[in-house]
Amino acid sequence: MKIAITSKGTDLDSEVDPRFGRAAYILIVDTTSLAIEVLDNSENVNAFKGAGIQTATMVSNKGAEALLTGFCGPNAFKTLNAAGVKVGNDVTGNIREAVNAFNEGKVSFSDAANVDGHW
Amino acid sequence: MIISIASGKGGTGKTTIATNLAISLESDIQILDCDVEEPNVHLFIKPKIDKTETAYTPIPEIDEEKCTFCKKCAEICRFKAIAVISKTVLTFPELCHSCGGCMAVCPEDAITETNRELGVVEEGRSGKIKFVHGLLRIGEAMSPPLIKKVKNYIKPDIINIIDAPPGTSCPVIAAMNNTDFVLMVTEPTPFGLHDLILGVEAVKLLNIPCGLVINRSDIGNKDVYDYAEKEELPILLEIPFDRKIAEAYSRGKMIVDEMPEWKEKFIGLYNNIENLVKKGKN
Repeated sequence: MKIAITSKGTDLDSEVDPRFGRAAYILIVDTTSLAIEVLDNSENVNAFKGAGIQTATMVSNKGAEALLTGFCGPNAFKTLNAAGVKVGNDVTGNIREAVNAFNEGKVSFSDAANVDGHW
Repeated sequence: MIISIASGKGGTGKTTIATNLAISLESDIQILDCDVEEPNVHLFIKPKIDKTETAYTPIPEIDEEKCTFCKKCAEICRFKAIAVISKTVLTFPELCHSCGGCMAVCPEDAITETNRELGVVEEGRSGKIKFVHGLLRIGEAMSPPLIKKVKNYIKPDIINIIDAPPGTSCPVIAAMNNTDFVLMVTEPTPFGLHDLILGVEAVKLLNIPCGLVINRSDIGNKDVYDYAEKEELPILLEIPFDRKIAEAYSRGKMIVDEMPEWKEKFIGLYNNIENLVKKGKN
């Protein structure tokens, strides 16, 4: 299956970006083959408003079934939830470690945002 | 006549100037407190409120029966207040700026208007002074639409004094826009000057004539005066750092009531503004 992970870089050794909406990159990772599709998120990094909503829409359009990130706010969570994308918050380490944790069932999925909205 | 009183930096004395100016003039006058996040003119004017109006802003409501999920509404929204996720349309009312763009582009007429409550506008009177202010709903982040509702109460044939919020962002622009004169209240400190410059730059973009009041004029340094000279900004009033003024303020009293000699100075301030506005129109 395909999952989305927020990343500071473009490969498996990159660190997970704790931010969701304004993460540098979103990596769409195939959990079996570890094949990566890199999404440059620079447009949303500099978004005027609604970066989380926009990034969530992009993740959903790519067909990811789960998202691993550090912090996810209420608007992003609402969007991901509507899209049926499960949200794993508080994920740290590098991308490879995050995928392994996911495959081993060690990522817990939340039913709410884990940070407040901001303006 | 519509005069807006702004500052850049907060706490320079906007409300002190607005209220003392209003109370000093004999003419028919109205004071509008547009600092809707934290209005305080009423603490000094002590008006009797006789009308309260709840203010709303239009936001979109989607009819998913009619919607074909074409995403045109989501694409036009600069604030990402609409997201289309497969066969679901999500709206984020708190992000909506009520531009109506989504309704205009929807090919299916699937979007109608509903309302988000912004807060209330209260209207009243204190003696001869007419009074209006806005109170932003707790939790509401967007004050400009409420400020515009307060400004709907402007009466063009009398003197209107607008107490603007501090800063230079959208709420301040909403308060200053379409006024005849901006009176910038500052203090001669590095912080005062820094924020004054930002404020003056904003006023220039709006192309409104502007003058200064220097409060606590005997503290700090001369940099604000040098800046005013360089920018050809008239200094219309200077108020010294006087314990009696601070004490009056701390008790919710007016300078002109405690120290009647100030009344003439505030009348002079208005006359100066009136002359500058007339000159600008010629």
